[in-house]
Amino acid sequence: MDHEEAVVCRGLEYSFTHGRGKVTRAVDGIDLTVRTGEVFGLLGPNGAGKTTTIRAITTLLPVGAGMVRVFGHDATRRPMEVRRLLGYVPQQLSADAGLTGRENVALFARVFDVPRAERARRVTQALAAVDLTDAADRMAATYSGGMVRRLELAQALVSAPRLLVLDEPTIGLDPIARTGVWERVDAVRRATGMTVLVTTHYMDEADRHCDRIALMDRGRIRALGTPAELKDQVRQDGQQGQAGHEGRDGRDGRDEPTLDDVFRHFAGRDLADATEGDFGDVRRTRRTANRVG
Amino acid sequence: MSAVPAARPTASAEPPDRGPELDLLLVPPRARTGWRLVPARIAAMCAVELQKLRHDRTELYTRAVQPALWLLIFGETFTRLKAIPTGGIPYLDYLAPGIIAQSAMFIAIFYGIMIIWERDSGVLTKLLVTPTPRAALVTGKAFAAGVKAVLQAVVVVLIAAVLGVAMTWNPLRLLGVVAVVLLGSAFFSCLSMAIAGIVLTRDRLMGIGQAITMPLFFGSNALYPLDLMPGWLQAVSKVNPLSYQVDALRGLLIGTPSHLPLDFAVLAAATLAGIAAASALLGRLAR
Ligand SMILES: Nc1ncnc2c1ncn2[C@@H]1O[C@H](COP(=O)(O)OP(=O)(O)OP(=O)(O)O)[C@@H](O)[C@H]1O
Ligand SMILES: [Mg+2]
Repeated sequence: MDHEEAVVCRGLEYSFTHGRGKVTRAVDGIDLTVRTGEVFGLLGPNGAGKTTTIRAITTLLPVGAGMVRVFGHDATRRPMEVRRLLGYVPQQLSADAGLTGRENVALFARVFDVPRAERARRVTQALAAVDLTDAADRMAATYSGGMVRRLELAQALVSAPRLLVLDEPTIGLDPIARTGVWERVDAVRRATGMTVLVTTHYMDEADRHCDRIALMDRGRIRALGTPAELKDQVRQDGQQGQAGHEGRDGRDGRDEPTLDDVFRHFAGRDLADATEGDFGDVRRTRRTANRVG
Repeated sequence: MSAVPAARPTASAEPPDRGPELDLLLVPPRARTGWRLVPARIAAMCAVELQKLRHDRTELYTRAVQPALWLLIFGETFTRLKAIPTGGIPYLDYLAPGIIAQSAMFIAIFYGIMIIWERDSGVLTKLLVTPTPRAALVTGKAFAAGVKAVLQAVVVVLIAAVLGVAMTWNPLRLLGVVAVVLLGSAFFSCLSMAIAGIVLTRDRLMGIGQAITMPLFFGSNALYPLDLMPGWLQAVSKVNPLSYQVDALRGLLIGTPSHLPLDFAVLAAATLAGIAAASALLGRLAR
């Protein structure tokens, strides 16, 4: 019953069909394994297919081609078993503005079958774990973006999930709120040892907080390993290739490659360039943040 | 503060800050299984609905304005005109159950718009990743709509009583009224959620919602008896669940001759069909 792997994807594909037969290949054959207990980062620019991958793993999208298993349960055939093990925070800021923070968390305690006798204590603990004790009885409509994010963490944590899935948990937040969210995630993970699957397009966050990362671009995984391993590989390839030349990595002779260099190395383009192309999603996220936060 | 390990000196007189208790967050709750799952989810959705109403009752009051105007203006005028044969009872009394059904339907039709809003805001997405079968989520929402509609019905009943409508106070019949309003609202909210699953955007649904509520209302026996209608409208009325809801409410509240077993059967069957359709289409909203 003890599974070494929290998540296994094999040959995962997903395409969106728009009107008039236009097809977007959002996920194009992904193999990846998230080990139990690690923080796994899925890293890539806008449109890379991170959210689509996450939605296949969380049973929101039907897995067409390929296979997804969460702690040994097939996501297509046993979605209810998978959902019981998941805590999910979607990319958008989403809290029910018509309820207090405590009521928002209590709803998730109810739908995960927390017995009435321990519901209140569990909700209080989840709120305390994300530092929202003082704001718990305020309406979520009065929360800032960072507070909504932490409230969503509490909603995800209240059922004691074995796998926490965070889709761009820090998008649209200021640096202080970003740190606040990561501090909670790190602290909870230290206390519970749960597995975390997180997507981000901030290289520095992936570098600092993830045990292993997968670089994703245009629906494919371009590289996978610990941040140190990936940097080592870039350094070695750089030395073997054009020694002394700045080369296509363009690292201006610096010794320590950053993850930005790593992305450029494996994806063949700048993360910043790749990201600038598509502001649609960022804008959508902002709009939600304004409405809820 | 947080559960940060005590890496800081704790030489002060205060007790060391060990962070908040997290013991419960280490133990997953035991899963409910079998038949107990769906009632639990329905209860959860209804609880949320009541919490929202407790925070903000303005909707309850603003939604009372329209039925009050219908009763006051339309009801009083036509009572005086005696233009509509109602079998000997004042037209206002005849109208009151129709208006209760109407206001319940308006609330329920709004649920499709609400579920699209919840999709857009990510709230629905998160609920779809909980151990809640689609059908249980839809049923929960349907009964939440029913709870809200029952509260609204109480307001309309009180207004009608103030206007002098002679209604039953028999508790058993009132219980029947609650059941009829619950079923009717459950059906119309499922209808609207099913349409939401087809059209997928709020703007389109708003248009469709407006386009269907008026025909549903006027194509029913809420305002006038069936036999006054032209043949084609009678046909519409006969397949319109609102007619059966009004018929049952009239029979229970005013005591006019009605077909309670048929009414309950039609409403229950319509609700089941609505739940099935809306559950099947709900997944489209997540994609
Ligand atoms: N519902 C949808 N309908 C049609 N196309 C979609 C849909 N969702 C995503 N796509 C497309 O699929 C591709 C991958 O999108 P996805 O949201 O998975 O990327 P992402 O890596 O999460 O990007 P971001 O950083 O912007 O969130 C994009 O080209 C996007 O336009
Ligand atoms: Mg995304």
